[in-house]
Amino acid sequence: MAQSVYIPRLTRGALTVWRRNWDVFFKTYQVNFLPPLVEPILYLLAIGYGLGMFVGEIDGVPYVEFIAPAMVAISIMNSAFFECTYSSFVRMYYQKTFDAMIATPLALDEVIAGELLWGATRSFIYSSVMLVVLIGFGVVDLPLSLIILPFSFLAGLLFAGIAMCFTAITPGIDSLNYPSFLFITPMLLFSGTFFPLDVLPGGLQIFARGFLPLTQVVTVTRSLTLSTFSPYFLYSIGWISILTVLFFFVSIHLMKRRLIV
Amino acid sequence: MNRNEKVLMRRDHTYTGMDARTPVIDAQDLRKTFGSFVAVNDISFSVFPGEVFGFLGPNGAGKTTTMKMIQCVSPKSGGSLKVFGREAGIYQRSIKKRLGVVPQETNLDTEFTCFENLLVYSRYFGIPKQEATGRIEELLGFVQLEEKRDVLIERLSGGMKRRLVLARALINNPDLLVLDEPTIGLDPQARHLIWEKLKVLQAQGNTIVFTTHYLEEAERLCNRLVIMDEGKILVEGSPAGLISGHVGSDIVEAEHTPEVIACIENMGVSYEVFGDMVQIFTDNPREVAKNLFDTCNPGHVFARRGSLEDVFLKLTGRALKD
Repeated sequence: MAQSVYIPRLTRGALTVWRRNWDVFFKTYQVNFLPPLVEPILYLLAIGYGLGMFVGEIDGVPYVEFIAPAMVAISIMNSAFFECTYSSFVRMYYQKTFDAMIATPLALDEVIAGELLWGATRSFIYSSVMLVVLIGFGVVDLPLSLIILPFSFLAGLLFAGIAMCFTAITPGIDSLNYPSFLFITPMLLFSGTFFPLDVLPGGLQIFARGFLPLTQVVTVTRSLTLSTFSPYFLYSIGWISILTVLFFFVSIHLMKRRLIV
Repeated sequence: MNRNEKVLMRRDHTYTGMDARTPVIDAQDLRKTFGSFVAVNDISFSVFPGEVFGFLGPNGAGKTTTMKMIQCVSPKSGGSLKVFGREAGIYQRSIKKRLGVVPQETNLDTEFTCFENLLVYSRYFGIPKQEATGRIEELLGFVQLEEKRDVLIERLSGGMKRRLVLARALINNPDLLVLDEPTIGLDPQARHLIWEKLKVLQAQGNTIVFTTHYLEEAERLCNRLVIMDEGKILVEGSPAGLISGHVGSDIVEAEHTPEVIACIENMGVSYEVFGDMVQIFTDNPREVAKNLFDTCNPGHVFARRGSLEDVFLKLTGRALKD
C-alpha cells in the first residue's frame, strides 16, 4: 500500500545497482588502482620523510607514523565523496542511468542506496590498497590496523551520504565545486590530519571535534595504527555511526524530492 | 520457425485474470500539474489487450508526461490511472515488473558492450543469469545486433543504439511495451527497421503504447490513437477513421486566388487557406477538381489522399510550437 515518503523502499534490488557500478569499476581497473597505490608513496616520501626531517616527533610519534593514518582517513573521505558527488551526478544527469534503472521494478530509493553502498565500497577498496602500501613501509601497527578495513566501509558510507545530499540539491555539476573547496579541502587540512588539533585556537578545536566528520575518522584510524586508545575513540565511533544512519536516510529523501516529479 | 516469429512478449493475459475487455491501461480524468502549469489536463483513455495505441501531438502536448505516469515514475496530480487493473500510484513495483520501456533519451551504459548492457539490466528485474543469457542472445538476434554482441555502445550508430534499447525493453517478457518517441533522430533506413520490429511485435498480438510526432509513424503502426495538444486529448480514433471524419478521404489543393475562393464558396465545400494554397477537404476529388477547372481558372490543382498530417494540422493549427 501507499508508504510514507520518509521510509525508503529498500530491497536486495539495491545490490544490483551496486553491482553495476562494481562492474564498471573493474572494467577500467588499471586506471582506478593507480591513485591509491601512487598517492601514499608520494606523500610518505615527500611529507612523511621529507618534511618529517624538520618536524621530528609529535607526541612521541615519528611524523611519518603520525600522518600515515590521516592519509587513510583522507582517502576514505575523498573516494566516497567524489564518487557520490561528481560521478553520481554524471550518472543521474548526463547519462540518465537512474532513469533507466527506475523503469524496472527498482525504486529510486534502491538506486540511491546502491549508489551510497558503492561509494562506501570505493572507500573500502582505496583504503585497503593504501593500507597495503603503508604496511609495506612499516608505518602502521599490526594486526590492529586491519580493523581499518571494515571501518573504512562505515566511514565511507558517512561521506557518501553527505555527498549525496549535495548532489541532491546542486543546480549543476559546476556548483559541486563549492562543497569540494569550501568543505572538503578545509576539512582535509584542519581535522588533526597533518598537525594535532591542540595547536588550533580553542573555538576551532571545539568546532573540529563537534562538527567535522574527518576529525572523527582520523581519530579512529590513528588510534588503530598507533594502538593508542582514549575515551575519545568511542565518542568518534558513536558520532560516525549516528551521522551515517542519518545522512543515509536524509540523502535518499532529498534525492526523491529532486527526481520524483 | 523464423527467429523473428519467436514470441518476445507475453500474450497470455489469462493468468492475471485479464481478458480482451479489461483495459491494460485505464485513465479517467488523469491530470498532472507542475506548480501552476497544467501538463496533462484531465484526459481519459483506455488501451485494450493487443492494441497498438499512439499518442500524437506537438512538443509540449503532454505525451511524455503521460508516459511517465503510466510507467509509474511520475505521480499523477489528479484523476485515476490503472495499469493492468491496478492503481499506478500504489502498485508501482508490481506494474513495473511487467512493463517494457523505451525512453525518449537513449540511456544505455556506455561503459558496457551490448551483451553486458542487457545482462546488467536483467539483474534489475531479478532474472537469473542463465535465463537472462539465453534471452539476451535471442533478443540481440531479433534486433539484428548479434554481430555487435561484444562491441562497446560508443561504437554503435544511432539506429543500433535505438534497437538495443528496444531489445532491453523486452528483457522481462513485458505485458505492455511503452515507447516514447521510438525513432526520434533516426535516418529513414533506421526508422524503417524499428517499425519492422514493432510490426512483428504487433503481429504477435502484443499491447504497445507509444508517442510520436512523426505522423507517418502513427499512421503505419497504430490501431487507435489520440491527438494531444496543450495537455488535452483533441480526438481519438483509428487513423482511417480520423482522416475520413475530419478531412474527408481526399484533399484537393489549388492556388490561393480570389477567383478560386469565390468559386469554392459557390460550390459549398469546406476548405482551408494555408499561405498561398487552398485545401479542399472532400470525399469526391474528381468532381471538385473538374468544377475548379471548368469554372474558375485555378492554375495548378493537386488531388491526393487525406493523411493524418492533414488531421493533425487542422486540429493543432499551423503555428509553430515552442
